[in-house]
Amino acid sequence: MEHGHILEMRDITKRFPGVVALDDVTLSVRRGEVHAICGENGAGKSTLMKVLSGVYPHGTYEGEILFEDETASFRHIRDSEERGIVIIHQELALSPFLSIAENIFLGNEQASRGVVNWHKTNSEAAKLLARVGLSEAPDTKVADIGVGKQQLVEIAKALSKRVKLLILDEPTAALNDEDSEHLLDLIRSLQGQGITSIIISHKLGEIEAIADTTTVIRDGRTIETLDMREGKVSQEHIIRAMVGRPLENRFPPHTPQIGEEVLRIEDWTVHHPIDQERKVVDGVSLNVRRGEIVGLAGLMGAGRTELAMSVFGRSYGTRISGKVFKDGKRVELKTVGHAIRHGIAYATEDRKRYGLNLIESIRRNISGAALHKLARGGVVDHNAETKVAEEYRKELGIKTPDVEALVGKLSGGNQQKVVLSKWIYADPDVLILDEPTRGIDVGAKYEIYQTINRIADSGKGVIVISSELPELIGLCDRIYAISEGRLTGEVARENASQEHLMHYMTDTISKDGATR
Amino acid sequence: MTTETILPPETARESIGRRFGAVGGNMRQYGIFGALIAIVILFQVLTQGKLLQSNNVAALFQQNAYVMILAIGMVMVIVAGHIDLSVGSVVAFVGGIVALAMRDLHLDWPVAILVGLAVGVLVGMWQGFWVAYVGIPAFIVTLAGMLLFRGLAIVLVGETVAGLPQGFIRIANGYLPNFLGFADRADVVTLAIGGIAIVAMLLSQLRARASLRKHELQTEAIGLFVAKLVIIAASIAALALVLSLSAGGTPIVLIIIGVLVVAYSFVMGRTVFGRHIYAIGGNRLAAGLSGVNTKRVDFWIFVHMGILASIAAIITTSRAGAGVAAAGNMYELDAIAACFIGGAAVTGGIGRISGAIVGALIMGVLNMGLSIMTVDSAWQQAIKGLVLLAAVAFDLVNKRRAGGR
Ligand SMILES: Nc1ncnc2c1ncn2[C@@H]1O[C@H](COP(=O)(O)OP(=O)(O)OP(=O)(O)O)[C@@H](O)[C@H]1O
Ligand SMILES: [Mg+2]
Repeated sequence: MEHGHILEMRDITKRFPGVVALDDVTLSVRRGEVHAICGENGAGKSTLMKVLSGVYPHGTYEGEILFEDETASFRHIRDSEERGIVIIHQELALSPFLSIAENIFLGNEQASRGVVNWHKTNSEAAKLLARVGLSEAPDTKVADIGVGKQQLVEIAKALSKRVKLLILDEPTAALNDEDSEHLLDLIRSLQGQGITSIIISHKLGEIEAIADTTTVIRDGRTIETLDMREGKVSQEHIIRAMVGRPLENRFPPHTPQIGEEVLRIEDWTVHHPIDQERKVVDGVSLNVRRGEIVGLAGLMGAGRTELAMSVFGRSYGTRISGKVFKDGKRVELKTVGHAIRHGIAYATEDRKRYGLNLIESIRRNISGAALHKLARGGVVDHNAETKVAEEYRKELGIKTPDVEALVGKLSGGNQQKVVLSKWIYADPDVLILDEPTRGIDVGAKYEIYQTINRIADSGKGVIVISSELPELIGLCDRIYAISEGRLTGEVARENASQEHLMHYMTDTISKDGATR
Repeated sequence: MTTETILPPETARESIGRRFGAVGGNMRQYGIFGALIAIVILFQVLTQGKLLQSNNVAALFQQNAYVMILAIGMVMVIVAGHIDLSVGSVVAFVGGIVALAMRDLHLDWPVAILVGLAVGVLVGMWQGFWVAYVGIPAFIVTLAGMLLFRGLAIVLVGETVAGLPQGFIRIANGYLPNFLGFADRADVVTLAIGGIAIVAMLLSQLRARASLRKHELQTEAIGLFVAKLVIIAASIAALALVLSLSAGGTPIVLIIIGVLVVAYSFVMGRTVFGRHIYAIGGNRLAAGLSGVNTKRVDFWIFVHMGILASIAAIITTSRAGAGVAAAGNMYELDAIAACFIGGAAVTGGIGRISGAIVGALIMGVLNMGLSIMTVDSAWQQAIKGLVLLAAVAFDLVNKRRAGGR
């Protein structure tokens, strides 16, 4: 490894109206290392990276940035990219209807005199794809590949810009274990080629595995910079630095009080909305009892979200068949309204697209699914609404100056908490949570688990969909495994282990080739 | 190593944030209001004081009533992420029907008005059906409606249907009766209405504040609050005083506009229906998954637009004293412009009725000021175009700055 620092950010302060997002932050990154940044939701990690990459131009923040020993004053992302700094944002920025190759060279077209050279575009793209280990054809549409692969396309795009410093903001938040592993391997191999990386992640296991150095940020301040190579830095140490106190357990202790069955689904089959012959969910039967937390394990694309959304008022799919029983009685949930009236709620995994109104306040988002509870004769009681929103802000620890702040300006994790608040406030009998802790920091995760336990203890049924097996095992009383649209196993908490679940999740023997 | 708790109170930072937040949020609202005042002052100077002469002020409302009424509905449509290009044609169509109902069917004018409102509802249901339940973009549906209703208006009316009853004509041209006499030269009815409006405004503001207090919620700084009340009260008082000195006192249309503004502001700001409009405009998918019946909301928005268009039709017809097939030409663009000058977002989800009304007034003052200065109407149009562009550009720059970029 070469010596010296490739990047030094000194005394960076960034203010937004009403918020000091960064307060004298200092960050030093050595050339050739993988540098992790950890911190709670809203600590300022993404903001720091946006300052670095010129999203927030020079002059809108205080402090000094030295890149390769020269002062950097980027006014635009283009400026930082010219110097070899490429950022891959928390929310991917690919254009879904363009091909992989077009996306890679978007804004940097392989053209002469304004005319695109498609042969060159595709052949260059193929070379880059090979470097990131992606076997897709360069002319595949981005919409047709999974999130994991899209992430790799983003990296290929970064490589096309001759990147020296690659910044990844929560790259694995939406990936399953396998894709995450692949991504980490790739970052290691890029390191071998001399590329420095900064990675932001809430997955501490990942950081332990890959980082040479970790900087912890809390409340917009640098707390500690830890050398991960000499001696062992424990995850507990990082957590303590992040949240400011030790955290004994990852999962709160919980003794379930299980009652009557509240929801049963029988022989549920759903077809793909466009490719109508394809079964996305195939004959699934499952049930949830009051007070019970039930997990749905499965690989990306196994059909868990599709199952949940199709039950939730047929929000997904066509040619849906099967029966739903609520408290033992058959119900037809034809619209989301029906589902909500029957006490079923679904908190989405894709908060920006399906979960939030980003241009509205926190208050209005939280009340969004249960406005009738706050209204008399069709008129909303503003003050009661504000009180409710305040309650949830405190209970879930949404980091914001007040509930009138626009949701779009919250950090990713805090947006997730708003989605949860909205559905908890709707007070359903069955709460389906799709990736409830995606992008949420360890401390807040613990609080969300506590909240989930409390919801269950109040006699409701909870279904948790998660790609993190330890989370399912730590939280759920019973776990169903789904593979390619079919139920492949059911495990009680006592018998649940990652190996066990993984076995079911990859189980394709029971299926009859026809479903694909 | 520190041992702070997970959520440090940071009270100092928070309260600064709140104060900033409050001012920042209101600034934009004050912004266009300020622009209106600036334009009024500008033309007051340019016209050597003629702009704010009592009769001109009364005429300002009478001439621009249709824009304000259409803009109320248009805000709802735009906030929900749609657009309505048909309102001008609907004005001609409904106006024609109302005129024919009085002249050929010999209906009393109040009955004819009810017929007009009913037709407005049907028109709204027609367009709402195609937009909400068939899923055709509103741009297309209302473009079709623009052609359809203009065509029908010409078929029905020919060119004009004149000879309408006096009672009907008074709606847009008349004034509230002066049954309280004059104080000095001022119409007492107008002064009384101004007084009632001020008291109602003060009471509702004070009640809102008291309720915030009671629920221990954040309130505006007292200085700002008082300043706001004083400015609003003074504006109402000034308007009442000026109007009381006009030839007729309070124009009837002003009362109609006032009632509609208050009612629809309440609908948009306080009711579940209004919330759903903003929710749909902000993120249609998320609203649907929160249980909002997006189709029904879309449908009712167009029904409301239909009713408001028919009210505008009645006023337009009354003002002209006749049903005119070519009436309402380009009214849709006036209404849309008023909304955007008033801060509505092209992408939906953002917009206020108060903003659209101020937008309509800005355009109205421009019209009137330029007319008094006898500026050619071609130039008037060009100037209005530039003002629209400038207003939206100003808003955009403002937003960018507020966004910290
Ligand atoms: N454009 C903005 N306007 C106002 N406040 C903002 C804006 N962007 C970020 N903030 C605020 O700055 C703080 C830091 O946000 P940032 O997105 O950097 O957090 P983060 O550490 O990346 O969190 P997460 O882990 O949840 O993604 C938060 O309090 C956030 O609300
Ligand atoms: Mg972030």
